[in-house]
Amino acid sequence: MTAVASSGWRFRQPSVLPGFGLTLGYTVAYLTLIILIPLAGLAWRSAGLGLDEFLRIAGDPRTLGALRVSFGAAFVAALVNLVFGLVVAWVLVRYRFPGRRIIDAVVDLPFALPTAVAGIALTAIYAPNGPLGSWFAGHGIRIAYAFPGIVIALVFIGLPFVVRTVQPVMEDLDREVEEAAATLGAGRFATVFRVLLPALMPASLTGFALAFARGVGEYGSVIFIAGNIPFVTEIAPLLIVIRLEEFNYSAATAIGALMLMISFAMLLVINLIQAWSRRRYSNG
Amino acid sequence: MADVAPFPRRLTRASATSESPLARALLIALALAFLSVVLLLPLLAVFSEALRNGVAAWAAALIEPDALAAVRLTLIVAAFAVPLNLVFGVVAAWAIGKFEFKGKAFLITLIDLPFSVSPVISGLVYVLLFGSGSLLGPFLKSHGIEVLFAVPGIVLATVFVTFPFVARELIPLMQEQGTADEEAALSLGASGWQTFWHVTLPNIRWGLLYGVLLCNARAMGEFGAVSVVSGHIRGLTNTMPLHIEILYNEYNFAAAFAVASLLAALALVTLVLKTAIELRYAGQMAAVRGH
Repeated sequence: MTAVASSGWRFRQPSVLPGFGLTLGYTVAYLTLIILIPLAGLAWRSAGLGLDEFLRIAGDPRTLGALRVSFGAAFVAALVNLVFGLVVAWVLVRYRFPGRRIIDAVVDLPFALPTAVAGIALTAIYAPNGPLGSWFAGHGIRIAYAFPGIVIALVFIGLPFVVRTVQPVMEDLDREVEEAAATLGAGRFATVFRVLLPALMPASLTGFALAFARGVGEYGSVIFIAGNIPFVTEIAPLLIVIRLEEFNYSAATAIGALMLMISFAMLLVINLIQAWSRRRYSNG
Repeated sequence: MADVAPFPRRLTRASATSESPLARALLIALALAFLSVVLLLPLLAVFSEALRNGVAAWAAALIEPDALAAVRLTLIVAAFAVPLNLVFGVVAAWAIGKFEFKGKAFLITLIDLPFSVSPVISGLVYVLLFGSGSLLGPFLKSHGIEVLFAVPGIVLATVFVTFPFVARELIPLMQEQGTADEEAALSLGASGWQTFWHVTLPNIRWGLLYGVLLCNARAMGEFGAVSVVSGHIRGLTNTMPLHIEILYNEYNFAAAFAVASLLAALALVTLVLKTAIELRYAGQMAAVRGH
């Protein structure tokens, strides 16, 4: 081996293992071909529209309505998943009861069940003539073909993101912290809300962000149950599909680019909050 | 590991570091009720709707030519997408897990990118790349190669959405396992290929299987991305999820749910295998789950 000055900048640490150049080269080449070039194509085409045209499409009331529905429903669904995801994770981590293993496995169902299958199943349940839908209809509440239907589909899709993000962190929680809180006179309620939940904050936010991001882009499970009425229950991904079917590629491109930009911006903000809360709460 | 509760007798003993039995029962009931309504009810609905008109109608919907064509196309697409992303996952995990280099975190972020992109946008990018208004589309068309509204486009869109599945299972696993085993093999005279085949691969095989399982489930069930690039030509470019949509929009609900029941059964098999892997090889998987 040649002597390398240890102070100099080095792209990689030395290793006796072979194949670094080959495997990294293949990784970068495949990533570029499959992911980066197509995404760059989207950016290039939307840049080619020019600012005026881009703003005209983005400011179109129907585009704004679809974005509001997508982001609004995804936000509500992610909130529901945050609350119930924490409860489910807590029950799975802390309690032992018959069937826990099965319940634990079932949480991953939305990862395995195709979205179109989930979509038609949820529609069958919540349609005005479905088993749950007819009950709600009797009380004057419309679920399917209305905003609540979209939220229900996104709750289904997003639940495992919260549970699976929070679960490992809950398992690693130090019991001694709870014991310390109890010895210092905190009731169980105070311990949970002032000691445990703050420690779970970064993981909860990550789970929320993942569920939210997935919900914003979700298509298959939503279009069946949404009713797809422009301005009311039309989601942004569906509007992209509609514009493509009209061969209006510029509008589809602009809406796609807009969605990506908003999603990345929100993920960035949530990452910053997360970094902040990690600094604030987990000072080991 | 997770099976062994730290305090086995907690159910009968009130403790300062756990909830009262009543709160405990309420929380378990709440979690079970929520999961039943949100997850189990839809699963049940698929099978009950599929069998609503009896087993004969269910079977008839499955052996109908368009349904069979959809099953065949779904299998073909998965047969391309899963091996491609399997090879990529192993190669990427070798580069990222076994070596230290600058920009590694950024590379991992890029690999995860497809997870934060809407499936519809994953399809859209290929329409823009190969569509009539693009540079590549007319060129390929003049050479007799159809990408969009044909099988290659469906495969590409599926590869895009299932891109990270194997890689993200293997990268943390191989990072955790370090390089000591491989270094030992190499110093004993094994070639690089022998080292990978006889040392690395046995160490990662359960993580690999796990990733392949999830990748396959998504590849066979992908709807949004495939829907955008497929063109919905019945019997030719319809995968199973697209066939379900067409049947459903024709108000042929029983047939739609019959095809859906096949995909739901696939999902159940995936979950059972996944759980079996987790239970038996908890040690090896712990590295993945814990990070």
